[in-house]
Amino acid sequence: MRWMAKEPVISKMRKRHIRQLLAEGKRIDGRGKLDYREIRIEKGIIDTAEGSAMVCLGKTEVMAGVKVGLNVPYPDTPNEGILTVNAELVPLASPTFEPGPPDERAIELARVVDRGIRSSRAVDLEKLCIIPGRKAYILFIDIYVLNYDGNLVDASALASLGALMDTELFGYRVTDDGNVVLDRSVREPLELEDYPVAITVANVGGELIVDPCLDEELSMDAKITISVDKDGNICAIQKSGPGSFTVEQVMEAIDIAKEKAPELREIVLGGGHGQD
Amino acid sequence: MPGEKPVLIDDRGRRVDGRGPGDLRPLHVEVDVLANADGSAYVEQGNTKVLAAVYGPREIHPRHLGLPDRAVLRCRYHMAPFSVEHRKSPAPSRREIELSKVIREALEPALFLEQYPRTAIDVFVEVLQADGGTRCASITAASLALADAGIPMRDLVAACAAGKVDGVIVLDLNDVEDKYGEADVPLAMMPGLGRITLFQMDGVLTPQELVECVKLAMEGCRRIYMAQKEALRERFIRIKKEVEAGEE
Repeated sequence: MRWMAKEPVISKMRKRHIRQLLAEGKRIDGRGKLDYREIRIEKGIIDTAEGSAMVCLGKTEVMAGVKVGLNVPYPDTPNEGILTVNAELVPLASPTFEPGPPDERAIELARVVDRGIRSSRAVDLEKLCIIPGRKAYILFIDIYVLNYDGNLVDASALASLGALMDTELFGYRVTDDGNVVLDRSVREPLELEDYPVAITVANVGGELIVDPCLDEELSMDAKITISVDKDGNICAIQKSGPGSFTVEQVMEAIDIAKEKAPELREIVLGGGHGQD
Repeated sequence: MPGEKPVLIDDRGRRVDGRGPGDLRPLHVEVDVLANADGSAYVEQGNTKVLAAVYGPREIHPRHLGLPDRAVLRCRYHMAPFSVEHRKSPAPSRREIELSKVIREALEPALFLEQYPRTAIDVFVEVLQADGGTRCASITAASLALADAGIPMRDLVAACAAGKVDGVIVLDLNDVEDKYGEADVPLAMMPGLGRITLFQMDGVLTPQELVECVKLAMEGCRRIYMAQKEALRERFIRIKKEVEAGEE
């Protein structure tokens, strides 16, 4: 199966150390179990993109760019514009990222971020339609991972939301022969209807922690990403990783996500720093 | 959304196919259906039809993919081009690649991969007819195929979705309910061990509704688990009869 990813390796001693520390309630980098690493967000960093943002989550660095174009709406949704999310795990970000078509990690990452944005209806796709069945805006969100130190989903969801908040739509005009073309001299901010954030909870030897760094991800059983919209509703979930969760752990993870979501959202909306 | 939204729950509380909210679709489970595979299973859940085969533990190709301390579990979820209304290209889509990954990760907790270093266990799932719930039917079938291949397992993995359609929490969504409903929560578990191995959600639910969906999906998994065990039992009764007939 060509798309299977090559995972980084961790020494058995370090893995055991991380799990033993957690059993005592401590984390390898000194954080509390429900603490995120320092989060920094900077919007509008790429002039050639219609919207962009850079997110640093500890040493994990993710950039997201939005490009705007025109397209024919999908036949099953003639009254809606198009939103696509793509993720690139570029080789400069990790020794385990290799050039080539997106592997399963990249595809899963993009699809989980996509589900959070789509389900929460953060972007009103009907407003992106210009002529039903014929012309609509298409928004490309491209997630670019620049440094990989775990928890790519939360960082990418933040970067994508930041980039959408920074996005300006081009105007359009209809040519004499009835064609619709973009008018790049006119720009209007994209209105967002919601601000979904993703919270990833990892199960490391029975202990639940948020925002696992890479070594913690390599030591974990499995993780669950839960996206929460502005009203506190759940708008996407993905369990990922080879292990499992008990029912009680799943319920606890939902509670943790509910609790942490406003904190993350505040940071994107404020556009600055957060956490210790 | 595509086209006109149909009425999903009628005034008598019945669903589009006549089921009540907590009903599974008719389930048919069969084990050992393919001669060449080391293990195989076939699952029909309503109009969804899924075939799974397991090969292995076997020598891994290419060799450099082998791991010194455990087997590599590989999984391919694939939809037949004729399994949906509009022909699907046989090339793996992004959806199929994601589902291949989550299905593999749903099965892995049940296996003792460390017992088979330097080998591969390959799981192939073909969706022959799709009417919603294909990833869950795939997991149900694949875990039976693994058991049929004689691979030691901690438990069978059973999978079922719950969700919300027209404001009602329902079990085992079909395609129409999935498309036009408010949310879909596919879940897989090892019912004997109480461990959840696949958990996804699409759509919007309040936290309380989500908890309700999880509980209902788990109930669905337990019913499917019974059918799985029954299918395995039938298979061994069949073998016993064949052996006895041979001895006479």
